[in-house]
Formats: sequence, structure tokens, C-alpha cells
Amino acid sequence: MTLTLQRHYQYRKAKNLVMMGLTIFATVITLTPLFLVLGYLLYKGASSINFAFFTRLPAPVGETGGGMANAIVGTFELVILAALMGVPIGVGAGIYAAEHRGTKLADAVRFAADVMMGVPSIVVGIFAYAVVVRPMGGFSAIAGAVALATIMIPLVTRTTEEMVLLVPHELREASLALGVPRWRTTISVVARTAMGGIATGVILATARIAGETAPLLFTAFGNHFWSTSLRGPVASLPVQVYTYAISPFADWQRQAWAGALVLTAIVLALELGVRAVTGGQTKAPR
Amino acid sequence: MAEQAQTAFHETAVIRRETRRGDFGGRLFGDRIFGLSTLGLALVVLALIISLAVVLIQASLPSLHQFGLHFLVSTDWDPVNDIYGALPFIYGTAVSSALALAIAVPLSLGVALCLSELAPAWLKRPIAFLVELLAAIPSVVYGLWAIFVLGPWLRDHVEPILKGALGFLPFFHGPRTSVSMFSAGVILAVMVIPYISSVCTDVFAVVPQSQREAALALGATKWEMVRLSVLPPSISGVVGAIILGLGRALGETIAVAMVIGNSPNISFSLFAPAATLASVIANEFAEATTNMYQSALIELGLVLMALAIVLNVMARLLVVGVRRRAGVH
Repeated sequence: MTLTLQRHYQYRKAKNLVMMGLTIFATVITLTPLFLVLGYLLYKGASSINFAFFTRLPAPVGETGGGMANAIVGTFELVILAALMGVPIGVGAGIYAAEHRGTKLADAVRFAADVMMGVPSIVVGIFAYAVVVRPMGGFSAIAGAVALATIMIPLVTRTTEEMVLLVPHELREASLALGVPRWRTTISVVARTAMGGIATGVILATARIAGETAPLLFTAFGNHFWSTSLRGPVASLPVQVYTYAISPFADWQRQAWAGALVLTAIVLALELGVRAVTGGQTKAPR
Repeated sequence: MAEQAQTAFHETAVIRRETRRGDFGGRLFGDRIFGLSTLGLALVVLALIISLAVVLIQASLPSLHQFGLHFLVSTDWDPVNDIYGALPFIYGTAVSSALALAIAVPLSLGVALCLSELAPAWLKRPIAFLVELLAAIPSVVYGLWAIFVLGPWLRDHVEPILKGALGFLPFFHGPRTSVSMFSAGVILAVMVIPYISSVCTDVFAVVPQSQREAALALGATKWEMVRLSVLPPSISGVVGAIILGLGRALGETIAVAMVIGNSPNISFSLFAPAATLASVIANEFAEATTNMYQSALIELGLVLMALAIVLNVMARLLVVGVRRRAGVH
């Protein structure tokens, strides 16, 4: 009797050890790709990166050398343009949803934003193609920015709403009691208190769209030269990395690694920067 | 909390009414301007999602008229003769996502359990942070890594083992290639793990500590505690997390387009090239010359969007209650 009990205990203990060991194993397996990807980026990317990469235009097929200067500038151009469109809309809608919480329209806005977050980015690309590229008659920076802004808006809306909801009601009341009008209360008391959180959300959304490739493929398209007009196609880092990576030329593949390193550095700098400032408390909405 | 907000709301309403009575025309004007502009911006968000659906339906009308419902079950994808069917891509999307989930779900559960039950406090933050980082790396970077590192490694080291052990199954027949359904499934798994595991961690965190202690007090081992107290109340949340991950996997485009090989044929072998709804759009849209070709691709996008939205709403309904209890909005 005691012997079988003993063996049963041992079995349970062993099972516990195995299962708990498996969770650690799963964590290690999950994090391995992260280190491998970052490691390869540093190893392959750093060896391909040079001064020309940041200052030169892409070289014609067959010639080695050249750089991605236009794509780096293009990415900043697209992201800034998208933020100019997306941030005011997202913040405004978020403030509306929070300040009118409980009304049908506010619920609808929140639901719409949630649904939009689930729309695949390639579909957003089709949308921008249909509403901007087709009427304008060609690929353009504007179309790319519209696509990126469409991805950004629900993210900014949801974080703004959550941050505004966190502002204590007493603060509003104090301001209103002093005779400050509602709109000024919302802007200079409520929005200002929520400012840090909103800014964090905006930066995380920016980091997210900076790395997007799919919605740019047939909106901003790509460009081997400097883009001179917002109405014309523009190069961007993600698209450039994509086209170079699937090309058969060794020198282009080498530059794809360099481009990927720069792109990842930009995205992670934004993410880590925000986390460092906010103490790692922020989670991107998804 | 809700009551407090209610009274506060009531109070502001009173203040508003009183303000209105006095002679404060100027500030009421400001209120109106501000109210109208935020309302306008809120309406933009609503208009955006509605026009997204309308535009996609409208743009796929030619293909909808031409092929009807047959589009969904036809395997012909023949741009030369302008005949299109979605089945190869629906199949590719389903199989690559299923494969991704088969790998990602056990790993995500492991990570979430490790984070919520096992890891000491000082390790939790760094691990959670690293898992979040996985979600921050751009899709195209995963694709690049998958083309040059993961794909060849799977072909040379993993596929032979699978073939040796399970070669009698039709899924593991045929020549081994580095661009294949298998590579796509694996890279997708890497990309959805952070989403699934982060939701699961939240879900496990909501389980009351007293329930864990109750199990331990009965003499349960840690694993038995997980089985008895942590998993049962978390089931709906975990299912929600998995559906959320599925929604992500369906719509993921670039990394998949880079390694799946983009062949519009249905092959049961996981080692053969395939294509997904998203990957074929990424690959062919810019070169779609005829109207019908473009319309058919847009219809694929419409199918994809419908699938993703349904899954997303389902997942949110399952997870939302749990998150609310956890204090996460």
C-alpha cells in the first residue's frame, strides 16, 4: 500500500517536472527566432552597410554598389504624411468616444476601430488603390500615405480613448467648477493629462506603420530615383527590402539585409524609446 | 465605479444646463465648434470602415457577376484566358494558418503558463518584453530571414526527419523545397505566437489567486494546480486568443508571399509551393493588366476581409469579458 502510494507520488512529481519543464522549453523555443533574426540582421546587415548605403541611389541592375537613400527618405516622407492625416482623426475620434461613452455613436466608433484593426493590411492597400490610385491615374506617395493612415487611425483612436478614460472625473469637475468651458476643459485639462499616453500610442502606431510593406506595394509602389512629387510613386524601405530580397542578384540580396537592419533599427528605436520613457508599462493595442 | 461615473456625468450635465441658462453665448459657441469637430472626426472613422467594405464590393462586382459563387470553389486561376477561381488560395490560406496554429498554440500556452505560473517576478518583465519584441519586428524582415535562413534550414534538417517518420502521409510526399507551404506555416507561427501568448497571459492572470491556493492546499502539484484551477476558467479566453491568432495568420501577407512559392495549385504535400489569398494579391495586383484580373484579385481581398472581420469580432467577444475583469481595456 505505502509502496504504491509512494510510486504514485513519484509519478505525480515527475509529471509536474515534465510539464513545467515543457513550459520553459516552449519559452526558449519561442525566443530563439527572435535572437536568430536579430543576430542575422546584425551579422549580414552590418557587413553590408556602408556610407554609400545612406547617401546613394540604387545602382542599376548588374552594377554593384549604390544605396537606399531615396527609400530611407521615402519611408520618413510616407510615415510623416500618414501621421499628419491619421493622428488628428484618431485623436479626435478617440476623444469623442471617451467623452460620450455610453452613447450609441461612441460604441459604434469603438466597434468600428476594433473591426478595422482586424482588417489585413493588404486589404487596406486595395482600398487605397481603389480610392486614390485609380482616380489619380497612377501610383503616388499620397496613396501610400492614405493606406498607412487607414491602418494608423484605429490604433490611435483606441489608445486615445483608453487614455482619456483614465483621467479622473474630479479633474474635469474642478475645471468646470472654475467656470472653464467644456471644450477648454477637454483640451487643456483632460487631453493634457492624457497627453503622455496618447503620445505613446501615436509613436507605437507610427512604429507599426513604418514597417508595413503590403499596403504600399500598389499604392506608393517604388521608385529607383528621388521622388519629386507627392503625386508620383515613392520608394520606401520595406518595399525596397522586399523587392531586393526576392531578386536573383547577390548584390541586391546583400543590400536587402542592410535595408532590413536599418528598418528594424528605426522600428525598434521607436518602440524601445517609448518603453524606456514610460517604464515598459505600455502595450500596443491589437 | 460605474455609479460614480454616472453621478459625475449627471453633475456635468447639470453644470451644462446652468451654463446654458446664463449669458455665456461665447463659450457655448466654443463648445459647439469643438463638439462638432470631434463628432466629425468620429464619423470619419465610421465612414472609413463602411467605405472600405463598399469600395471592395464595388470593385469586385465585375468578377462577382462573371463567376458568381462558382468563384469560391473553382480551382482555375488562368490570367491568360481571364478565368479565375479562388479555391487554391482559400486552401493555401487555410492550410498555412492551420499549420501555424498547430505550432503556435502549444508554444504560446507554454510561454503564457511559464509567465503566469512559473517565472520568478524578476524574470517576468524581461521575458514578456522579449515576446512583445517578436511582434514588433516588421513582417518583411521575417520574410527576408525566412528566405535565406529558415527555409533552407527546414529543407535540409527538418523536412528529411518528417519525411522519414511520417513519409507515408500524403502531406509529406514529394521533393523538398525551401519555398513551400511548410516554410510559410513555420514563419507564420513565429509571427502569431506573441499575439496568442500575450492574450493567454492576461487570461491566466485573471484567475483568482485563492483558486490556485485552494488547489495547492489540497496537495496538488503545480501542474495539477494549473489543470484544476487555471485552465478550466480560462477556456473561453484561450479560445478567443487562438481565434485572434488565426485572424492574424490569415491576413499576414509579405512574409508569407516571400516564402510560400506562389503557385496557384493545390498540392497535398506541405513541401510543395502554394499561395494564400493575401500572397497572391501582393504578387499579382500591380501586374494585373485586365479589368477582370484586377477585379478577381479584389474579390479575393473581399473574401479575406470578411474572414478576418468575422474571426476578429468573435475573438473580441470571447476575450473582452476576461480583459475587463483584468482591468485591461
